[in-house]
Amino acid sequence: MATQHSRSAARIMISPAVLLLLGWMIVPLALTIYFSLLRYNLLMPGTERFVGLLNYRLFFNNPAFITALVNTLVLVGGVLLITVIGGVLLAILLDQPIWGQGIVRILVIAPFFVMPTVSALVWKNMFMNPVSGLFAEFSKAVGLQPFDFLTHAPLASIIGIVAWQWLPFATLILLTAIQSLDSEQMEAAEMDGATALQRFWYITLPHLSRAITVVILIQTIFLLSVFAEILVTTNGGPGVASTNLTYLVYVRSLLNFDVGGGSAGGVVAIILANIVAIFLMRMIGKNLDA
Amino acid sequence: MARAVSTRRKIGFTIAAWAVGLAIFFPILWTILTSFKTEAEAISSPPSFLFFDWTLENYTTVQERSNYFRHFWNSVVISLGSTLLGLLIAIPAAWSMAFVPGKRTKDVLMWMLSTKMLPPVGVLIPIYLIFRDVGLLDTKTGLVIVLTLINLPIIVWMLYTYFKEIPGEILEAARMDGASLRNEIIHVLTPMAVPGIASTLLLNVILAWNEAFWTLNLTAAKSAPLTAFIASYSSPEGLFYAKLSAASTMAIAPILILGWFSQKQLVRGLTFGAVK
Repeated sequence: MATQHSRSAARIMISPAVLLLLGWMIVPLALTIYFSLLRYNLLMPGTERFVGLLNYRLFFNNPAFITALVNTLVLVGGVLLITVIGGVLLAILLDQPIWGQGIVRILVIAPFFVMPTVSALVWKNMFMNPVSGLFAEFSKAVGLQPFDFLTHAPLASIIGIVAWQWLPFATLILLTAIQSLDSEQMEAAEMDGATALQRFWYITLPHLSRAITVVILIQTIFLLSVFAEILVTTNGGPGVASTNLTYLVYVRSLLNFDVGGGSAGGVVAIILANIVAIFLMRMIGKNLDA
Repeated sequence: MARAVSTRRKIGFTIAAWAVGLAIFFPILWTILTSFKTEAEAISSPPSFLFFDWTLENYTTVQERSNYFRHFWNSVVISLGSTLLGLLIAIPAAWSMAFVPGKRTKDVLMWMLSTKMLPPVGVLIPIYLIFRDVGLLDTKTGLVIVLTLINLPIIVWMLYTYFKEIPGEILEAARMDGASLRNEIIHVLTPMAVPGIASTLLLNVILAWNEAFWTLNLTAAKSAPLTAFIASYSSPEGLFYAKLSAASTMAIAPILILGWFSQKQLVRGLTFGAVK
């Protein structure tokens, strides 16, 4: 049906979106790469000069970089572990016949809609604070010494907060996937004497594998860029104990004004995200053909 | 017999599910409760759960001390503005890709998605410097532009998946019946497209409202939306739990309510159609 006329109309209709995204992607990206090759400090304007890969060498030789890289991976891995396992269990639970299922769903999904700065501050002050937080109250009530979460286990605490925010997302997607499971197949397996664990292992889990992959890939994209939660809870500390790559680049460029060094970090972050993105794009692309 | 067992099972699952649901929701509930306490009660030991003197004083204090509603208004303008602008750009694009697909449509869609994979910190410095030089730092306009661009791929994708479900035969039938292009758009297409557009709008307002990388890095006092305003509580002075709770409750309430309506769209929008 598509005529020459409608084709060119279509091209005109797409072009604003394409051109804007192209500009958004290419201009800053090219500038970041360019800056990463310069000695460029905002406090010393006019002294910019080309230094090749020096910024990268300094960045990689900085012990904070290795810590930040490891922290980034631990943060992503920790949150994924909690949300995927928790999400599968929760999705199975919510799929059972229960009274008030709609309301429970609403309660479970709620944390996803809480803005990151609010959830981080609420957890930091009202739960994890070693003097007046609820966890401290609880410890005192059972006769234990209150634990200073954000000082002694900063990264683990941040993982907990971020996992609380993302568990609803994983649950919701896995629940959607579980509900498309063929119930006759389940009943047949039950009739044949398969135990609940066998049914989970051989039917539910394979059925969910695709949704789990999607959850992992999408969350990874967002988790690589966790920022607000770190900014308002620990400021990346103590020291650099809870600094991730995103936060390190922020400190470098906007607090220390080292544009060159910060840009080199940004390029490293882009490369890391791209490794994940390639897998995600392949999965979504396959789906587009179907 | 079988009936009794299944009822007992249902009771068990119900208790378990409610327990987990309430545990997950508890931090939000606790924040809302604390917002109605006095500062002294907010840190009382042992903590009081429901039996305290309920007060609204924190809400008035937050407004008086920090002009809360300016930040609230900033959030409204930024999230709605960026979503509407995004829709304006995305609707024609998604429309033409869904109804006049070409050889490259799939590539264009995938490429748009790939821009979403770019970590914000990778482009923070150039955007910051450009905004500084053209005077867009700490302006609502600047944030509307950035949030429009970062959410544009999601908007295009969501609209595309909705438009794709509108059967093309209907258009042909309308054309056969002699409908003009104008009538076709007004009477046939628009009514079918509205639900999809509304869902897209809803999800993107939520995403923009909660965005906390660009809003924190590109604003200061003047045009800070709620995400950035709440962050200012990270360096507290004196007793502040009840006030933090009041500010937080007001910041999350509207989105919590919108969010509950958009559960289904959330799955579609954030998985780019990979899970339906």
